[in-house]
Amino acid sequence: MIHFFNVSKVYPNGTAAVSDINLKINRGEFVFLVGPSGAGKSTLTRLIFREQLPTSGQIFFRERNVLRLGQRELLALRRQIGVVFQDFRLLPRKTVFENVSFALEVIGRSRRVIREQVPHALAEVGLSGKEDAFPAELSGGEQQRVGVARAIVKKPQVILADEPTGNLDPDTSWELMELLERVNRDGTTVVIATHAWDIVNRMRKRVVALDNGRLIRDEAQGSYGHGA
Amino acid sequence: MGLNSLWYCLRQTFVSLHRNCWLGVASAAMITVTLVILGTVLLIAVNAGHFMRNIESTVEINVFLDDGADVPDLRQRLNGLRGVENHTFISREQALQELKESFGEKSDLLAGFEGENNPLPDSFRVKALEAEAVPALAHQISFFPGVNKIRYGEEYVDRLVEASRWVNMIALGAVILLAAGAVFLIVTTIRLSLVAREDEVGIMKYLGASNWFVRSPFVLEGIFVGLTGALAAVTVLGGTYYCLLAELQKVDLIFFLRPVTDRETLAPLFLGLLGLGVLMGGAGSWISLRKFLRV
Ligand SMILES: Nc1ncnc2c1ncn2[C@@H]1O[C@H](COP(=O)(O)OP(=O)(O)O)[C@@H](O)[C@H]1O
Ligand SMILES: [Mg+2]
Repeated sequence: MIHFFNVSKVYPNGTAAVSDINLKINRGEFVFLVGPSGAGKSTLTRLIFREQLPTSGQIFFRERNVLRLGQRELLALRRQIGVVFQDFRLLPRKTVFENVSFALEVIGRSRRVIREQVPHALAEVGLSGKEDAFPAELSGGEQQRVGVARAIVKKPQVILADEPTGNLDPDTSWELMELLERVNRDGTTVVIATHAWDIVNRMRKRVVALDNGRLIRDEAQGSYGHGA
Repeated sequence: MGLNSLWYCLRQTFVSLHRNCWLGVASAAMITVTLVILGTVLLIAVNAGHFMRNIESTVEINVFLDDGADVPDLRQRLNGLRGVENHTFISREQALQELKESFGEKSDLLAGFEGENNPLPDSFRVKALEAEAVPALAHQISFFPGVNKIRYGEEYVDRLVEASRWVNMIALGAVILLAAGAVFLIVTTIRLSLVAREDEVGIMKYLGASNWFVRSPFVLEGIFVGLTGALAAVTVLGGTYYCLLAELQKVDLIFFLRPVTDRETLAPLFLGLLGLGVLMGGAGSWISLRKFLRV
């Protein structure tokens, strides 16, 4: 589904964020990208979403070369990817319902579709009944679940989450991971960049380890690292 | 993009117009002032052109002859010329007499110019049948044998043209400055509503919104501001112009000045002003969005 061939990214300031990455992620997989801060995890997710272009190498998403997408195809790519952020990025002046429906509005879905799919997504993340609450009235864990609902409401092929538990306490983090695992069980590919080693070790999922921009380890049922 | 998106964009437009109400009003007012000045200049230019054409056509053509020109032959040629209403031969003696009369009490100044010393040439005075034909007639007559010089008041016309050219240039300079100011204000308006919605726009891009979708509320906002300003300008200009016409009618000046009233001239002018307002609004938004929206 996602395929990296010899991908390197050097930022304009000269920082080599990722170097010579070869990586294949299959449909329906659950993958952790791990590594210390600055290892290049965020850059890798940005490359998938084509928020950044690689300096060299090729990236494929469902057999399409991500580097050669026209404007329309780029939008189509982004509509197949749901993004979850560390800082949630909810709109403070919109309610829970509106935050989730926003994801459908911006891609031009009708009101009928919105009325149908938003409650469904909110039920899936366990937030039924909180539709009219504003983000400030929710706990961090609940806010992040709104973020997940917003990512899944358009039924994407892939969920990309960059440090989704970075601002959550351990128990809430664990709940969120279970939620993402459930989403994955329904067939959505899930890619999570994190350095929450305890969670990674407990979940026994595929682990891709980065260090200093290089892929140093790729294990099917891995753990965070030898020391941890 | 479907109706859903369009509806969303329209709602966004009015929400942010409401939020930055005063800046929007200021931008619209700036556009109004710019367009009123530009419109005034254009109306003056249109009317001046019309007025000059009137002068040119009502004046007689003075055809000055060489010494010993064949007067009967010329008379025949003028008779044969199409578009001539009538023509009168003015001998040099008659011309001097008229000149003396126009000098009135000071006519003795011309005492030494009688008889052999008369410096004035014989001439014909030609009146045209149709107003617009004067310049062409004058041109034709100038090729007749024995014709020395043609005069039909082109000096006045030239002077008027010169004067109005200066007026136009100064006014146009003012319009350009004002237009730049108006666009700048619109850019500021749009920037402010962009800042107010920066987080929203950032998230929109992650959610896969098209550039078109992100941009259009802002462009619509600018266009709306431009259109409002332009409508105000056209109302002010049109109202003033028609009031002025009514006043002229009252004091009977209308027959002398003969202002432009026909729709074929005025409608494009006012529509053009409206279009220009919209263009300025759109351009302002475009400028403020250019940097901001790189996906
Ligand atoms: N936009 C950027 N411009 C320049 N350097 C960047 C940018 N983003 C990240 N970097 C650098 O690239 C390296 C990898 O960063 P990042 O991908 O954010 O790693 P991680 O998410 O694993 O912490 C770091 O050295 C970081 O400073
Ligand atoms: Mg990071």
